[in-house]
Amino acid sequence: MKSTLFNMVAVLFSITLIASAGVGAVNMITADAIAETKAAATKAAVANVLPEFDSNEQSEQTIDDMPIVVYTAKKGDKTVGYAVESMTKNGFGGVIRMMVGFTTDGKINNVNVLEQAETPGLGTKMCDEGNALLSSIQGKNSWEVEFKVKKDGGELDALTAATISSRAYYEAVARAYQAFLVASGAKDKADGVSGATAAKSASKEGNTAQEGGQNE
Amino acid sequence: MNKLQIITNGILKNNPTFVLVLGMCPTLGTTTSAINGMGMGVATMAVLIMSNLVISLIKNLIPDKVRIPAFIVVIASFVTIIQMLMQAYVPSLYASLGVFIPLIVVNCIILGRAEAFASKNGPIDSILDGIGIGLGFTLALTTIGAVREVLGSGAIFGYSLGIADYMPLVFVLAPGAFLVLGYLMVLFNKFAKK
Repeated sequence: MKSTLFNMVAVLFSITLIASAGVGAVNMITADAIAETKAAATKAAVANVLPEFDSNEQSEQTIDDMPIVVYTAKKGDKTVGYAVESMTKNGFGGVIRMMVGFTTDGKINNVNVLEQAETPGLGTKMCDEGNALLSSIQGKNSWEVEFKVKKDGGELDALTAATISSRAYYEAVARAYQAFLVASGAKDKADGVSGATAAKSASKEGNTAQEGGQNE
Repeated sequence: MNKLQIITNGILKNNPTFVLVLGMCPTLGTTTSAINGMGMGVATMAVLIMSNLVISLIKNLIPDKVRIPAFIVVIASFVTIIQMLMQAYVPSLYASLGVFIPLIVVNCIILGRAEAFASKNGPIDSILDGIGIGLGFTLALTTIGAVREVLGSGAIFGYSLGIADYMPLVFVLAPGAFLVLGYLMVLFNKFAKK
């Protein structure tokens, strides 16, 4: 067809109009399903990293300009653990997102990598069951762990030939720990050892005083 | 040209990967495993069939000077639709193909078939061409993915063969993609393209 200014504008306008209407229609159909799939994936990830629970509350924090979501899991009225959706931008393939589960006393229960773009066969091992990264922190008390690989003077294992991925992994876990401290209200404890001990001993005294009172 | 020939042409004589050597970016990028290659191939085939059909239907309404932008709008719409459908109903495949799904828009196989075939032929033939080229692309990507998966990670379609520790990892990485593609291209042109 011969091109004139009028028919070029008219044809392109109509094509884009129809195309956008089509995309919009499919978006309306799939939006709910996409949201459901995402919610189900998050729910499964939370369940995977925490002991059994029956309800969870969601709260959001921003650490180092990254959005961190904390899910506080409860069984009845009792808090059984915290699942923290943490992330880092320093993976070998960019962003790594993960769900880290903490028990109420701060033990790292489990880690579930949600999204990564690491090198297949090297960095992607971080998603496997019982990989070196997970097994070197799982079950540990998080306040005792220095989140550094051996190469950087820490004590944690790295994945073979994937030091950058390993560093990023621990960085994200460390960030999750920060969020956990805030969410569980243990932030003051971590701020300074002296402050923490002072607070602890103060509360201890309070407790003994109270107990004493009860005994009398 | 009879109908069957249009399909076999796309698989053998005009195989997009091994003969036309089009769409190398997704070919090299997504074939780290057989299932990824197959997923990419099927997604591309779906877009190709739909865009070929629509373009062959509206080809007489499009002024020559704006035909490329018009084709791209049609293609991009179908890619977006496929992307949303995959995200909703096959999230795991969507997650593993990642950025390569939106990049189907700039896959030159699709624009190439729109320009070279769909804009010159009727809707039925264009659909058949989409099926043929799509199958050719899917088979090529699945083959490359399977070879790389076996050689690199000692597995096929995700089933471990128990030999992972003895396999050279390089085949899963980028250099392995070039090696496998090159040798498969040689074999294909020697035996299949008769």
